Amino acid sequence: MIQVIELSKNYGDVKALKSVSFEVKKGEILGLLGPNGAGKTTTYRILTGYLKPTSGTIKVKDFDINEDMVEIKKMIGYLPESAPIYKDMLVYDYLNYIADIRNVSQSNKFSHLKELSDICRLKNVMHKTIDELSKGYRQRVGIAHALMGDPDILVLDEPTSGLDPNQIVETRDIIRRIGKEKTIIFSTHILSEAEATCDRVVIMDEGEIKANDTIGNLKKSTNEDNFETIFRMITKGS
Amino acid sequence: MKNIKHIFKKEFNSYFVTPIAYIVISLFLLVIGWLFFSTFFLNRQASMMRFFSLLPITFSFIVPAITMKLFSEELNLGTYEILLTLPVKFSDIILGKFLAAISFIVIMLLPTLIYAISISFVGELDWGPVIGGYIGAILLGAAFSAIGIFASSLTRNQVIAFITGMTICFALTLLTDFLLYFIPNTFIGFFQYFSANFHFQNISRGLIDSRDILYFITISFIALYGANLVMKEKK
Repeated sequence: MIQVIELSKNYGDVKALKSVSFEVKKGEILGLLGPNGAGKTTTYRILTGYLKPTSGTIKVKDFDINEDMVEIKKMIGYLPESAPIYKDMLVYDYLNYIADIRNVSQSNKFSHLKELSDICRLKNVMHKTIDELSKGYRQRVGIAHALMGDPDILVLDEPTSGLDPNQIVETRDIIRRIGKEKTIIFSTHILSEAEATCDRVVIMDEGEIKANDTIGNLKKSTNEDNFETIFRMITKGS
Repeated sequence: MKNIKHIFKKEFNSYFVTPIAYIVISLFLLVIGWLFFSTFFLNRQASMMRFFSLLPITFSFIVPAITMKLFSEELNLGTYEILLTLPVKFSDIILGKFLAAISFIVIMLLPTLIYAISISFVGELDWGPVIGGYIGAILLGAAFSAIGIFASSLTRNQVIAFITGMTICFALTLLTDFLLYFIPNTFIGFFQYFSANFHFQNISRGLIDSRDILYFITISFIALYGANLVMKEKK
Protein backbone atom coordinates (compact mmCIF):
# COMPACT_ATOMS: atom_id res chain seq x y z
CA MET A 1 0.00 0.00 0.00
CA ILE A 2 2.73 2.48 1.01
CA GLN A 3 6.39 2.18 0.05
CA VAL A 4 8.87 4.62 1.57
CA ILE A 5 11.97 4.43 -0.62
CA GLU A 6 15.34 5.82 0.50
CA LEU A 7 13.71 8.95 1.84
CA SER A 8 16.01 11.77 2.96
CA LYS A 9 15.24 15.26 4.18
CA ASN A 10 17.73 17.96 5.11
CA TYR A 11 16.89 21.21 6.91
CA GLY A 12 20.02 23.20 6.00
CA ASP A 13 22.88 21.21 7.51
CA VAL A 14 20.61 19.11 9.72
CA LYS A 15 19.79 15.68 8.30
CA ALA A 16 16.31 14.93 9.62
CA LEU A 17 15.90 11.76 7.55
CA LYS A 18 18.77 9.60 6.32
CA SER A 19 17.70 7.31 3.49
CA VAL A 20 14.73 5.78 5.27
CA SER A 21 12.92 2.82 3.66
CA PHE A 22 9.96 0.77 4.87
CA GLU A 23 6.62 -0.57 3.68
CA VAL A 24 3.10 -0.53 5.05
CA LYS A 25 0.72 -3.28 3.95
CA LYS A 26 -2.97 -2.80 3.26
CA GLY A 27 -5.07 -2.99 6.44
CA GLU A 28 -2.03 -2.87 8.70
CA ILE A 29 -1.72 -0.68 11.80
CA LEU A 30 1.89 0.48 11.85
CA GLY A 31 3.39 2.25 14.85
CA LEU A 32 6.09 4.73 13.88
CA LEU A 33 7.96 5.15 17.15
CA GLY A 34 11.00 7.02 18.32
CA PRO A 35 12.20 9.74 20.65
CA ASN A 36 11.56 13.43 19.87
CA GLY A 37 13.54 14.53 16.81
CA ALA A 38 13.74 10.99 15.41
CA GLY A 39 12.16 12.06 12.08
CA LYS A 40 8.63 10.69 12.53
CA THR A 41 6.80 13.97 11.93
CA THR A 42 9.06 14.77 8.95
CA THR A 43 8.16 11.37 7.44
CA TYR A 44 4.44 12.10 7.95
CA ARG A 45 4.79 15.57 6.50
CA ILE A 46 6.44 14.24 3.36
CA LEU A 47 3.84 11.46 3.01
CA THR A 48 0.99 13.96 3.32
CA GLY A 49 2.45 16.55 0.93
CA TYR A 50 3.34 19.25 3.45
CA LEU A 51 7.08 18.87 2.80
CA LYS A 52 9.13 17.76 -0.19
CA PRO A 53 11.90 15.20 0.28
CA THR A 54 15.51 16.15 -0.40
CA SER A 55 15.87 12.76 -2.11
CA GLY A 56 14.00 9.48 -2.32
CA THR A 57 10.28 9.04 -2.70
CA ILE A 58 7.10 7.53 -1.28
CA LYS A 59 4.72 5.47 -3.39
CA VAL A 60 1.09 5.05 -2.39
CA LYS A 61 -0.59 2.35 -4.48
CA ASP A 62 0.74 3.29 -7.93
CA PHE A 63 1.12 6.98 -7.24
CA ASP A 64 4.40 8.77 -6.54
CA ILE A 65 4.58 11.78 -4.18
CA ASN A 66 6.79 13.65 -6.64
CA GLU A 67 4.23 13.39 -9.43
CA ASP A 68 0.71 12.69 -8.16
CA MET A 69 0.51 14.40 -4.79
CA VAL A 70 -3.12 15.52 -5.13
CA GLU A 71 -4.21 11.91 -5.89
CA ILE A 72 -2.25 10.67 -2.86
CA LYS A 73 -3.78 13.35 -0.63
CA LYS A 74 -7.25 12.11 -1.63
CA MET A 75 -6.37 8.68 -0.17
CA ILE A 76 -4.91 9.96 3.10
CA GLY A 77 -6.62 11.35 6.18
CA TYR A 78 -4.07 13.20 8.31
CA LEU A 79 -4.13 14.31 11.92
CA PRO A 80 -1.08 16.50 12.56
CA GLU A 81 0.42 16.66 16.05
CA SER A 82 -1.70 18.83 18.42
CA ALA A 83 -4.45 19.01 15.76
CA PRO A 84 -4.14 22.60 14.52
CA ILE A 85 -7.64 23.58 13.33
CA TYR A 86 -9.44 26.82 12.57
CA LYS A 87 -10.44 28.01 16.02
CA ASP A 88 -12.96 30.63 14.92
CA MET A 89 -15.13 28.10 13.04
CA LEU A 90 -18.05 26.09 14.39
CA VAL A 91 -17.32 22.36 14.57
CA TYR A 92 -20.15 21.69 12.08
CA ASP A 93 -18.94 24.40 9.65
CA TYR A 94 -15.38 23.11 9.84
CA LEU A 95 -16.32 19.50 9.12
CA ASN A 96 -18.71 20.66 6.42
CA TYR A 97 -15.86 22.62 4.79
CA ILE A 98 -13.55 19.59 4.91
CA ALA A 99 -16.35 17.43 3.45
CA ASP A 100 -16.65 19.86 0.53
CA ILE A 101 -12.89 19.91 -0.08
CA ARG A 102 -12.78 16.10 0.13
CA ASN A 103 -15.54 15.99 -2.47
CA VAL A 104 -18.14 14.20 -0.32
CA SER A 105 -21.31 14.23 -2.43
CA GLN A 106 -24.11 16.53 -1.28
CA SER A 107 -26.50 13.58 -0.94
CA ASN A 108 -24.15 11.68 1.40
CA LYS A 109 -22.73 14.64 3.24
CA PHE A 110 -25.27 14.92 6.04
CA SER A 111 -25.26 11.19 6.84
CA HIS A 112 -21.45 11.13 6.71
CA LEU A 113 -21.21 14.08 9.09
CA LYS A 114 -23.66 12.37 11.41
CA GLU A 115 -21.69 9.13 11.25
CA LEU A 116 -18.43 10.90 12.10
CA SER A 117 -20.03 12.86 14.92
CA ASP A 118 -21.17 9.51 16.34
CA ILE A 119 -17.80 7.77 15.92
CA CYS A 120 -15.87 10.69 17.43
CA ARG A 121 -18.63 11.55 19.94
CA LEU A 122 -18.96 15.14 18.79
CA LYS A 123 -22.76 15.35 18.78
CA ASN A 124 -22.94 17.73 21.73
CA VAL A 125 -20.36 20.18 20.45
CA MET A 126 -21.24 20.47 16.75
CA HIS A 127 -22.71 23.95 17.32
CA LYS A 128 -19.73 25.25 19.30
CA THR A 129 -16.70 27.15 18.00
CA ILE A 130 -13.52 25.06 18.06
CA ASP A 131 -11.95 27.70 20.31
CA GLU A 132 -14.44 26.79 23.07
CA LEU A 133 -13.51 23.09 23.06
CA SER A 134 -11.20 21.26 25.45
CA LYS A 135 -8.03 19.68 24.06
CA GLY A 136 -9.70 16.26 24.04
CA TYR A 137 -12.61 17.48 21.97
CA ARG A 138 -10.28 19.32 19.57
CA GLN A 139 -8.40 16.09 19.09
CA ARG A 140 -11.68 14.36 18.28
CA VAL A 141 -12.48 17.06 15.72
CA GLY A 142 -9.03 16.41 14.27
CA ILE A 143 -9.77 12.68 14.04
CA ALA A 144 -13.14 13.42 12.40
CA HIS A 145 -11.24 15.66 9.95
CA ALA A 146 -8.85 12.79 9.18
CA LEU A 147 -11.75 10.36 8.66
CA MET A 148 -13.68 12.71 6.38
CA GLY A 149 -14.39 11.25 2.94
CA ASP A 150 -13.56 7.75 4.18
CA PRO A 151 -9.87 7.71 3.12
CA ASP A 152 -8.08 4.34 2.79
CA ILE A 153 -5.08 5.48 4.82
CA LEU A 154 -4.94 7.29 8.14
CA VAL A 155 -1.82 9.09 9.34
CA LEU A 156 -2.10 10.07 13.00
CA ASP A 157 0.78 11.97 14.56
CA GLU A 158 0.65 11.47 18.33
CA PRO A 159 -3.15 11.42 18.50
CA THR A 160 -3.15 10.99 22.30
CA SER A 161 -0.45 13.52 23.21
CA GLY A 162 -1.49 15.97 25.92
CA LEU A 163 -4.75 14.17 26.71
CA ASP A 164 -5.87 13.04 30.16
CA PRO A 165 -6.08 9.27 30.88
CA ASN A 166 -9.83 9.09 30.10
CA GLN A 167 -9.39 10.94 26.82
CA ILE A 168 -6.45 8.68 25.92
CA VAL A 169 -8.62 5.58 26.38
CA GLU A 170 -11.44 7.15 24.33
CA THR A 171 -9.09 8.16 21.49
CA ARG A 172 -7.47 4.71 21.51
CA ASP A 173 -10.95 3.13 21.24
CA ILE A 174 -11.74 5.29 18.23
CA ILE A 175 -8.45 4.27 16.53
CA ARG A 176 -9.11 0.58 17.24
CA ARG A 177 -12.64 0.78 15.86
CA ILE A 178 -11.68 2.54 12.64
CA GLY A 179 -8.47 0.49 12.32
CA LYS A 180 -10.45 -2.61 11.39
CA GLU A 181 -11.07 -1.26 7.91
CA LYS A 182 -8.14 1.04 7.20
CA THR A 183 -4.39 1.20 6.84
CA ILE A 184 -3.10 3.26 9.74
CA ILE A 185 0.28 4.76 10.54
CA PHE A 186 0.47 6.40 13.91
CA SER A 187 3.02 7.51 16.45
CA THR A 188 2.90 7.67 20.21
CA HIS A 189 5.21 8.04 23.19
CA ILE A 190 2.99 5.70 25.22
CA LEU A 191 4.60 2.38 24.43
CA SER A 192 1.88 0.27 26.05
CA GLU A 193 -0.53 1.94 23.61
CA ALA A 194 1.65 0.91 20.67
CA GLU A 195 1.91 -2.61 22.08
CA ALA A 196 -1.87 -2.86 22.38
CA THR A 197 -2.71 -1.35 19.02
CA CYS A 198 0.00 -1.98 16.41
CA ASP A 199 0.47 -4.97 14.10
CA ARG A 200 4.07 -3.89 13.55
CA VAL A 201 6.41 -1.11 14.68
CA VAL A 202 9.11 0.91 12.94
CA ILE A 203 11.45 2.43 15.51
CA MET A 204 13.36 5.51 14.36
CA ASP A 205 16.17 7.47 15.95
CA GLU A 206 18.23 10.37 14.60
CA GLY A 207 16.62 10.08 11.16
CA GLU A 208 17.34 6.38 10.72
CA ILE A 209 15.35 3.18 11.11
CA LYS A 210 16.65 1.16 14.06
CA ALA A 211 14.04 -1.61 14.05
CA ASN A 212 11.20 -2.76 11.80
CA ASP A 213 9.28 -5.78 13.09
CA THR A 214 6.34 -7.01 15.15
CA ILE A 215 6.64 -6.39 18.88
CA GLY A 216 6.50 -10.17 19.43
CA ASN A 217 9.52 -10.74 17.17
CA LEU A 218 11.43 -7.89 18.82
CA LYS A 219 10.82 -9.50 22.20
CA LYS A 220 12.09 -12.85 20.90
CA SER A 221 15.19 -11.45 19.22
CA THR A 222 16.21 -9.40 22.25
CA ASN A 223 15.17 -11.97 24.88
CA GLU A 224 13.43 -9.18 26.72
CA ASP A 225 9.80 -9.12 27.71
CA ASN A 226 9.37 -5.46 28.50
CA PHE A 227 8.79 -3.39 25.34
CA GLU A 228 9.85 -0.18 27.07
CA THR A 229 13.26 -1.73 27.84
CA ILE A 230 13.56 -2.91 24.23
CA PHE A 231 12.69 0.59 23.00
CA ARG A 232 15.33 2.12 25.26
CA MET A 233 17.93 -0.41 24.13
CA ILE A 234 17.21 0.29 20.47
CA THR A 235 17.20 4.07 20.82
CA LYS A 236 20.24 4.07 23.11
CA GLY A 237 18.13 5.43 25.93
CA SER A 238 19.67 3.08 28.50
CA MET B 1 -12.61 25.03 -9.74
CA LYS B 2 -14.85 23.50 -7.06
CA ASN B 3 -12.08 23.75 -4.49
CA ILE B 4 -11.53 27.44 -5.30
CA LYS B 5 -15.21 27.96 -4.49
CA HIS B 6 -14.97 26.09 -1.16
CA ILE B 7 -11.84 27.97 -0.08
CA PHE B 8 -13.36 31.26 -1.20
CA LYS B 9 -16.52 30.56 0.82
CA LYS B 10 -14.60 29.63 3.95
CA GLU B 11 -12.28 32.66 3.74
CA PHE B 12 -15.07 35.10 2.93
CA ASN B 13 -17.22 33.88 5.84
CA SER B 14 -14.25 33.98 8.20
CA TYR B 15 -13.92 37.74 7.60
CA PHE B 16 -17.28 38.31 9.21
CA VAL B 17 -17.04 36.07 12.28
CA THR B 18 -14.68 38.48 14.02
CA PRO B 19 -15.21 42.23 14.53
CA ILE B 20 -12.16 43.04 12.37
CA ALA B 21 -14.18 43.16 9.12
CA TYR B 22 -16.68 45.59 10.56
CA ILE B 23 -13.90 47.75 12.01
CA VAL B 24 -12.03 47.86 8.68
CA ILE B 25 -15.20 48.72 6.73
CA SER B 26 -16.18 51.42 9.25
CA LEU B 27 -12.69 52.87 9.25
CA PHE B 28 -12.64 52.98 5.45
CA LEU B 29 -16.06 54.65 5.19
CA LEU B 30 -15.19 57.12 7.93
CA VAL B 31 -11.82 58.15 6.49
CA ILE B 32 -12.86 58.33 2.85
CA GLY B 33 -16.25 59.88 3.67
CA TRP B 34 -14.68 62.62 5.74
CA LEU B 35 -11.88 63.36 3.26
CA PHE B 36 -14.37 63.42 0.37
CA PHE B 37 -17.20 65.44 1.87
CA SER B 38 -15.04 67.91 3.81
CA THR B 39 -14.18 69.66 0.51
CA PHE B 40 -17.10 68.46 -1.63
CA PHE B 41 -19.33 71.53 -1.26
CA LEU B 42 -16.42 73.95 -1.78
CA ASN B 43 -15.95 72.65 -5.34
CA ARG B 44 -19.60 73.22 -6.25
CA GLN B 45 -19.44 70.28 -8.69
CA ALA B 46 -21.63 67.17 -8.77
CA SER B 47 -18.69 64.83 -9.27
CA MET B 48 -17.15 61.73 -7.62
CA MET B 49 -13.71 62.60 -9.04
CA ARG B 50 -12.30 63.59 -5.65
CA PHE B 51 -13.61 60.38 -4.06
CA PHE B 52 -11.84 58.23 -6.65
CA SER B 53 -8.63 60.26 -6.46
CA LEU B 54 -8.48 59.37 -2.74
CA LEU B 55 -8.92 55.63 -3.30
CA PRO B 56 -5.35 54.57 -4.23
CA ILE B 57 -3.83 56.09 -1.09
CA THR B 58 -6.68 54.81 1.14
CA PHE B 59 -6.50 51.32 -0.37
CA SER B 60 -2.73 51.31 0.23
CA PHE B 61 -3.29 50.78 3.92
CA ILE B 62 -6.83 49.32 4.00
CA VAL B 63 -6.25 46.45 1.54
CA PRO B 64 -3.09 45.08 3.24
CA ALA B 65 -5.11 45.12 6.49
CA ILE B 66 -7.72 42.94 4.78
CA THR B 67 -5.20 40.49 3.35
CA MET B 68 -2.58 40.35 6.12
CA LYS B 69 -4.16 37.36 7.85
CA LEU B 70 -4.73 35.21 4.78
CA PHE B 71 -1.48 33.24 5.03
CA SER B 72 0.25 34.71 8.11
CA GLU B 73 -2.48 33.51 10.45
CA GLU B 74 -2.39 30.01 8.95
CA LEU B 75 1.39 29.91 9.34
CA ASN B 76 1.18 31.16 12.90
CA LEU B 77 -1.61 28.83 14.10
CA GLY B 78 -0.27 25.78 12.26
CA THR B 79 -3.43 25.41 10.16
CA TYR B 80 -1.15 25.88 7.13
CA GLU B 81 -0.24 22.21 7.60
CA ILE B 82 -3.93 21.26 7.41
CA LEU B 83 -4.40 23.43 4.33
CA LEU B 84 -1.44 22.00 2.45
CA THR B 85 -2.31 18.39 3.22
CA LEU B 86 -5.85 18.69 1.86
CA PRO B 87 -6.32 17.44 -1.72
CA VAL B 88 -6.12 20.91 -3.27
CA LYS B 89 -3.60 22.61 -5.54
CA PHE B 90 -1.55 25.65 -4.50
CA SER B 91 -3.27 27.67 -7.20
CA ASP B 92 -6.73 26.76 -5.78
CA ILE B 93 -5.71 27.97 -2.32
CA ILE B 94 -4.28 31.24 -3.61
CA LEU B 95 -7.18 31.99 -5.98
CA GLY B 96 -9.77 31.14 -3.30
CA LYS B 97 -8.18 33.58 -0.88
CA PHE B 98 -7.69 36.20 -3.62
CA LEU B 99 -11.38 36.09 -4.63
CA ALA B 100 -12.43 36.33 -0.97
CA ALA B 101 -10.34 39.51 -0.55
CA ILE B 102 -11.77 41.05 -3.75
CA SER B 103 -15.33 40.22 -2.65
CA PHE B 104 -14.66 41.84 0.71
CA ILE B 105 -13.48 44.99 -1.09
CA VAL B 106 -16.66 45.00 -3.21
CA ILE B 107 -18.77 44.74 -0.03
CA MET B 108 -16.71 47.58 1.48
CA LEU B 109 -17.29 49.77 -1.59
CA LEU B 110 -21.04 49.09 -1.84
CA PRO B 111 -22.11 51.65 0.81
CA THR B 112 -20.20 54.36 -1.09
CA LEU B 113 -22.76 54.03 -3.89
CA ILE B 114 -24.98 56.07 -1.56
CA TYR B 115 -22.56 58.97 -2.11
CA ALA B 116 -23.11 58.79 -5.88
CA ILE B 117 -26.89 58.45 -5.55
CA SER B 118 -27.04 61.38 -3.10
CA ILE B 119 -24.91 63.54 -5.40
CA SER B 120 -27.16 62.71 -8.37
CA PHE B 121 -30.05 64.28 -6.42
CA VAL B 122 -28.25 67.57 -5.82
CA GLY B 123 -26.70 68.00 -9.28
CA GLU B 124 -26.15 66.52 -12.75
CA LEU B 125 -23.86 63.57 -12.08
CA ASP B 126 -22.03 62.09 -15.08
CA TRP B 127 -22.40 58.34 -14.49
CA GLY B 128 -19.69 57.35 -17.02
CA PRO B 129 -16.72 58.28 -14.82
CA VAL B 130 -18.55 56.86 -11.77
CA ILE B 131 -18.94 53.45 -13.39
CA GLY B 132 -15.34 53.66 -14.67
CA GLY B 133 -14.23 54.64 -11.18
CA TYR B 134 -15.85 51.61 -9.58
CA ILE B 135 -14.41 49.26 -12.23
CA GLY B 136 -11.01 50.85 -11.58
CA ALA B 137 -11.52 50.52 -7.81
CA ILE B 138 -12.15 46.78 -8.15
CA LEU B 139 -9.10 46.36 -10.40
CA LEU B 140 -6.97 48.41 -8.00
CA GLY B 141 -8.35 46.42 -5.05
CA ALA B 142 -7.51 43.18 -6.87
CA ALA B 143 -3.92 44.25 -7.58
CA PHE B 144 -3.38 45.44 -3.99
CA SER B 145 -5.02 42.25 -2.64
CA ALA B 146 -2.58 40.16 -4.67
CA ILE B 147 0.30 42.20 -3.25
CA GLY B 148 -1.12 41.77 0.27
CA ILE B 149 -1.44 38.01 -0.23
CA PHE B 150 2.16 37.85 -1.42
CA ALA B 151 3.27 39.82 1.69
CA SER B 152 1.18 37.54 3.91
CA SER B 153 2.77 34.42 2.43
CA LEU B 154 6.22 35.68 3.45
CA THR B 155 5.76 35.73 7.22
CA ARG B 156 3.81 34.29 10.15
CA ASN B 157 3.61 37.76 11.72
CA GLN B 158 0.51 39.67 10.58
CA VAL B 159 1.98 43.08 11.49
CA ILE B 160 5.03 42.45 9.31
CA ALA B 161 2.73 41.22 6.51
CA PHE B 162 0.67 44.42 6.83
CA ILE B 163 3.70 46.72 6.79
CA THR B 164 5.29 44.88 3.85
CA GLY B 165 2.05 44.96 1.83
CA MET B 166 1.40 48.59 2.70
CA THR B 167 4.94 49.63 1.70
CA ILE B 168 4.66 48.01 -1.73
CA CYS B 169 1.17 49.48 -2.32
CA PHE B 170 2.28 52.95 -1.20
CA ALA B 171 5.35 52.74 -3.43
CA LEU B 172 3.19 51.84 -6.44
CA THR B 173 0.71 54.62 -5.62
CA LEU B 174 3.20 57.40 -5.01
CA LEU B 175 5.82 56.29 -7.53
CA THR B 176 5.41 59.08 -10.07
CA ASP B 177 4.82 61.77 -7.43
CA PHE B 178 8.13 60.88 -5.82
CA LEU B 179 10.03 60.41 -9.04
CA LEU B 180 8.96 63.84 -10.33
CA TYR B 181 11.54 65.32 -7.96
CA PHE B 182 14.39 62.99 -8.89
CA ILE B 183 14.30 62.20 -12.60
CA PRO B 184 14.34 64.27 -15.80
CA ASN B 185 10.96 64.98 -17.41
CA THR B 186 11.79 62.83 -20.46
CA PHE B 187 11.75 59.66 -18.35
CA ILE B 188 8.57 60.43 -16.46
CA GLY B 189 6.35 58.88 -19.13
CA PHE B 190 8.27 55.62 -18.83
CA PHE B 191 8.13 55.47 -15.02
CA GLN B 192 4.51 56.59 -14.98
CA TYR B 193 3.59 53.29 -16.52
CA PHE B 194 4.58 51.53 -13.28
CA SER B 195 2.36 53.73 -11.11
CA ALA B 196 -0.94 52.26 -9.89
CA ASN B 197 -2.26 55.78 -9.32
CA PHE B 198 -1.61 56.81 -12.94
CA HIS B 199 -3.55 53.83 -14.37
CA PHE B 200 -6.34 54.13 -11.83
CA GLN B 201 -6.87 57.84 -12.55
CA ASN B 202 -7.12 57.03 -16.29
CA ILE B 203 -9.91 54.51 -15.66
CA SER B 204 -11.69 56.73 -13.11
CA ARG B 205 -12.02 59.44 -15.75
CA GLY B 206 -14.24 56.98 -17.59
CA LEU B 207 -11.57 55.99 -20.13
CA ILE B 208 -11.44 52.21 -20.14
CA ASP B 209 -8.12 51.58 -21.89
CA SER B 210 -6.86 48.00 -22.30
CA ARG B 211 -3.35 49.12 -21.21
CA ASP B 212 -4.65 50.21 -17.81
CA ILE B 213 -6.62 46.99 -17.36
CA LEU B 214 -3.57 44.97 -18.45
CA TYR B 215 -1.45 46.81 -15.87
CA PHE B 216 -3.68 45.73 -12.95
CA ILE B 217 -3.99 42.18 -14.28
CA THR B 218 -0.19 41.98 -14.65
CA ILE B 219 0.44 43.26 -11.11
CA SER B 220 -2.12 40.75 -9.74
CA PHE B 221 -0.58 37.89 -11.71
CA ILE B 222 3.02 38.70 -10.68
CA ALA B 223 2.09 39.03 -6.99
CA LEU B 224 0.01 35.83 -6.92
CA TYR B 225 2.72 33.96 -8.80
CA GLY B 226 5.19 35.26 -6.20
CA ALA B 227 2.96 33.90 -3.40
CA ASN B 228 2.84 30.57 -5.24
CA LEU B 229 6.66 30.46 -5.41
CA VAL B 230 6.96 31.37 -1.72
CA MET B 231 4.58 28.54 -0.79
CA LYS B 232 6.55 26.05 -2.87
CA GLU B 233 9.81 27.30 -1.35
CA LYS B 234 8.44 26.72 2.18
CA LYS B 235 8.31 22.99 1.45
